[in-house]
Amino acid sequence: MKRTFSEKLAILSDAAKYDASCASSGSDRRGSKKEPGLGSTERSGICHSWTPDGRCVSLLKILMTNFCIYDCAYCINRVSSGVERARFSVEEIVWLTMEFYRRNYIEGLFLSSGIIRSSDYTMEELVRVAKVLRLDRGFRGYIHLKAIPDASPDLLAEAGLYADRLSINVEMPTETGLTQYAPEKDSIGIRSAMGHIRKKMDATKEKTLAGRRPPRFAPGGQSTQMIVGADAATDQDILSSSSALYSDYRLKRVYYSAFSPIPHASQALPAQKPPLLREHRLYQADWLFRFYGFQFQEITENRPDGMLDLEVDPKLSWALDNRAVFPVDINQAPRELLLRVPGLGPRSVKVLLATRRHKTIRLDDLERLRVSIRKIRPFITTPDWRPIKLIDRMDLKSLFAPPPQQLSLL
Amino acid sequence: MKEHLVSLPEAAPFSLWRLHARSLLAAGIAPEHIVWRSSSGQDDLFSQPDPSPETETSKPQKISRNCLLFLETLLCHANPEKFSLAYRILWRSRRERSLLKTGTDPDIVMANRMAHQIGREVHKMKAFVRFREKTPQGSNTRHFAAWFEPEHHILEKAAPFFARRFTDMNWMILTPKGSVGWDGETCVVTREACTRTIFEDEAEALWKTYYRSIFNPARVKVKAMRSEMSPKYWKNLPETELIPEMLAQAARQTW
Repeated sequence: MKRTFSEKLAILSDAAKYDASCASSGSDRRGSKKEPGLGSTERSGICHSWTPDGRCVSLLKILMTNFCIYDCAYCINRVSSGVERARFSVEEIVWLTMEFYRRNYIEGLFLSSGIIRSSDYTMEELVRVAKVLRLDRGFRGYIHLKAIPDASPDLLAEAGLYADRLSINVEMPTETGLTQYAPEKDSIGIRSAMGHIRKKMDATKEKTLAGRRPPRFAPGGQSTQMIVGADAATDQDILSSSSALYSDYRLKRVYYSAFSPIPHASQALPAQKPPLLREHRLYQADWLFRFYGFQFQEITENRPDGMLDLEVDPKLSWALDNRAVFPVDINQAPRELLLRVPGLGPRSVKVLLATRRHKTIRLDDLERLRVSIRKIRPFITTPDWRPIKLIDRMDLKSLFAPPPQQLSLL
Repeated sequence: MKEHLVSLPEAAPFSLWRLHARSLLAAGIAPEHIVWRSSSGQDDLFSQPDPSPETETSKPQKISRNCLLFLETLLCHANPEKFSLAYRILWRSRRERSLLKTGTDPDIVMANRMAHQIGREVHKMKAFVRFREKTPQGSNTRHFAAWFEPEHHILEKAAPFFARRFTDMNWMILTPKGSVGWDGETCVVTREACTRTIFEDEAEALWKTYYRSIFNPARVKVKAMRSEMSPKYWKNLPETELIPEMLAQAARQTW
């Protein structure tokens, strides 16, 4: 029976929702005023909608097909799953992207696919979509392509010509996890493809001897995703894996996806609610690394079981474990130290640094900036405030942590 | 000292406020002696200000470019307090060179907050405008129109984004605070109120199918959704009518 276009769209977007990334940021800025065509990219991405799962809709995120020859346990599209299957043609994806874009529903396309026939064949089809959009339709919106790890380097190079971002999912935080749940995928293959993409991106920054610039290559960088809570990896394992990924492959983002029960689930997996709070804490830790100057190792080194504290956020947790650093003098401390104070973010730190060049900062100045005085007070000094012994209180954490909940009888 | 009354429509463009501010400044009138009154009627656009604005000042006042740009943004806000706040900042900035950088000063805190709200709404407008197609028969360019309800006067600020992006089609964005239009060559912004017009676009059904299917019912986080996509925008977003049904369905699933 032939499926309608709408039925195929439902199947292929349902199949794509386990990929957390929907970012449309970080690419070069371009518009369509000078040459005929449609679309532009902004420095910061735009989220055009939000679904009730709290995730943003920035891109049309679909699979070209959800047929797949692989059998990865965590994936709804694995060959042994009973899910309904469909496939979009190149032309259909191009049409849908353009029509959604014209109505300002999306920033562009995030295209991925199950593996059909071979890695190279699948990658070729994905690249073809991007190429038609760019060359035939003059599309200048955002394109994120999933790179198929074993595809030939030439295909990856071609993908980088048309795509803003490329991504390969490492899937599991550890190698053991990957071998256990994704027998056909190998972490060496995944990492070598990431290394290849990094080299290509680095090359665009240098001119050749003849003074020419190498061709464009994925100006929005590369990202990856790890599934959290399907295997036994601790937060420390996950964050040390992130640390290596950020530094070795210069990733723009690592996404953490709380393992979410899927229809037709494999017996090998836990049938539990997705650990959303754990996922949230991991993102907070990731944030501390990317914007607050923390090293991943510092964030978990005092945690006895290698797991982040679910009760308080990782920055407060670090501060409680490193009380000797505090209190910090708001009028004297360098930026790096201000960023360590619970309750201060990069934006308020910026305002404080600019302001204190002209005047002395007092406690009510902080209040006007809508900094939480209750949260910040134990950790700072100002001319009118000194936390006497507050920092030494054994029960300091209880001032912040949510009250203990009574165990449910049912 | 005599009180000066300045009456301006709430939607007064920056240039009109500047005419008044310039002559008041030249006359050395301190902020505490001015009452800025915002009027709603269109007639007030032509009312005689007191003192009458001069196009050239006798004593040229040196105001930094940064300060002017900042005040221009501030004047986009819907809060009528903006007129007196902007004048106070203008007045003070002549003596207090680092005023704008003093992020804890009460006037600057207020102004920064208003500027932030304006920036945020410009961003949300880029996100939440939804074009519907209405191409006349026989036309070889495609025509689109959208209805949007901004709180602040942000059309001039948002227009360049749409003009840079949707270049190969004709479009209009209609709002209660004016309109933005593009005919393939020029972008025109007006401040005349428009009325809401609704027509159907078949592509919307596909968009709703997509919205419903990309949602993961195993992880419901309504608060996160509402904080980013404020319900005040919902009535003009075709997909949001699906939300109650999607949540009800998610609640019936057991994991």
